Amino acid sequence: MLQVKGVSFKGILKGISFDVRPGELVVITGPNGSGKSTLAKIIAGVEKSDAGEIIFKDEDIVKKDCTERARMGLAFSFQQPVRFKGLTVRDLLKIAASGSEAFLDNEMKEVDGYLKKVGLEPALYLDREVNASLSGGELKRIEIASVLARDAVLSIFDEPEAGIDIWSFDNLVKMFKDMRKKNPKRAIVIISHQERIMKIADRIILLENGEISAHGTPEQMMARIGGGLK
Amino acid sequence: MMDLDKIERDLMREVSGVTGIPEGAYNFRVNGKSIGRQSSEKINIVPKTEKSGIDIYIADNTHQEIVHIPVIISASGLKEAVYNDFYVGDNCEVTIVAGCGIYNCGTDDSIHDGIHVFHVGKNSKVYYIEKHCGIGPGAGKILNPTTKVDLGENSYAEMLLEQIKGVDSTRRMTEADLAKNAHLVVKERLFTHGKQSAESEIVARLNGQDSSADIVSRAVAQDFSAQNFRSHIIGAAKCRGHSECDAIIMDKARVNAEPALEALNVDAELIHEAAIGKIANEQLTKLMTLGLSRRQAEAQIINGFLK
Ligand SMILES: Nc1ncnc2c1ncn2[C@@H]1O[C@H](COP(=O)(O)OP(=O)(O)OP(=O)(O)O)[C@@H](O)[C@H]1O
Ligand SMILES: [Mg+2]
Repeated sequence: MLQVKGVSFKGILKGISFDVRPGELVVITGPNGSGKSTLAKIIAGVEKSDAGEIIFKDEDIVKKDCTERARMGLAFSFQQPVRFKGLTVRDLLKIAASGSEAFLDNEMKEVDGYLKKVGLEPALYLDREVNASLSGGELKRIEIASVLARDAVLSIFDEPEAGIDIWSFDNLVKMFKDMRKKNPKRAIVIISHQERIMKIADRIILLENGEISAHGTPEQMMARIGGGLK
Repeated sequence: MMDLDKIERDLMREVSGVTGIPEGAYNFRVNGKSIGRQSSEKINIVPKTEKSGIDIYIADNTHQEIVHIPVIISASGLKEAVYNDFYVGDNCEVTIVAGCGIYNCGTDDSIHDGIHVFHVGKNSKVYYIEKHCGIGPGAGKILNPTTKVDLGENSYAEMLLEQIKGVDSTRRMTEADLAKNAHLVVKERLFTHGKQSAESEIVARLNGQDSSADIVSRAVAQDFSAQNFRSHIIGAAKCRGHSECDAIIMDKARVNAEPALEALNVDAELIHEAAIGKIANEQLTKLMTLGLSRRQAEAQIINGFLK
């Protein structure tokens, strides 16, 4: 579904190659500053790579901008969500959902379900502005919900656990499991430092210093990482 | 509804939400004439005799009533100054929906100067909604509203002043005097595009003890348009004043914001915030990763901002 071949960027990424197959959940992990977010942004089309190929659904997408990639079925949840003045949670989720198959097929009019999945009560949040009045964790959950609403072929989450309280962590993990179960033809990439998220992965990619230093199943990788990465 | 053509009816709906004969008191002014007027039991609308306009008398203890006074101009080249005076009694709670729409397809400027004066009695609440818009390929669509508000003790006024689109030139003047424990909220939304120009000045004089004013202006200037915003809060007693001016500038537009504060009393607490900037890149990027084009993303951000 996704093949990344020799992608480089400003000395931050040095010839990254890997692929993601339909139905897979792949976790990318690695130390702070190793280039994980940069790699995700390059795949989403937010940054442009200097070299390499990115094949998505059998097409080279390097020359496509982020709008085109989104419309092809690529979704990206930012590590640091953006705040808007005036735009409400409902507006944002509707924009996100408006291109999805669920929206077009079922003429789905409301976006409540996505908020419930990230543990937010729709009645309390739908009309709130996506601005500085939201707490960091709330904003992060809404960011995740905006990607769920896309119902995309490939969803990339950059540190979805950041800012989510430990009480809700089980739900987050369950949400990813459900997502995979529901759609065996789709794929999920999660950038994470969390062992419990790594455990549910099909494969883990370790990124260090802009290079893939190891790659394997959770069992193989846990041994190598040694019980956690910090 | 009455004898309006489609364009006039659409404008009417756009600026006042009116689609038929409303309940309660109203006055519809179309092309310089009143084409429909009704008073209610507690709200009396009387046409002025010495100049154009109406006097609106709202009796003490009037509750839950809405007054509609939309103005439509579709005759190219019409120029008018209209004087409306509102006398709001004590202990009232009323909503006043004003608004003006101009359709101009001719070669002469159409101009509406609306001068609204409010006398608000004690313990009363007034919600005032004023929307302006212009359409049509013709010459100037010019709207110059002047709004003066005299707020009595313990009264409250909330004014939503909105210029949606298509107004080529506007000079808006909003002035308020506040007595003891009176509160004023002004929300202004201004959108200019093309070669339009907009000027807005808001003055609030906090004369009475414990009075307060909250002035929030949000503006978007597109294309080659120019905007000037001035707010002036004068604290002459123990009071609170806050003004906030937030503008998005695009293309080749120009925006000037001058918030001013003047304290005449040691217990006056006055704050202003002003910010002008283009649409943040990361906001555009986020919406584009949701599948919107750059243009669509801009439109969504602007819509949200001005809502
Ligand atoms: N546009 C840029 N220009 C220059 N340097 C950049 C740019 N973007 C990121 N960097 C640098 O590239 C490196 C990788 O950043 P990136 O955000 O990809 O790291 P990360 O692996 O996601 O880290 P973290 O775990 O802290 O989120 C960092 O050293 C960062 O400072
Ligand atoms: Mg990162």
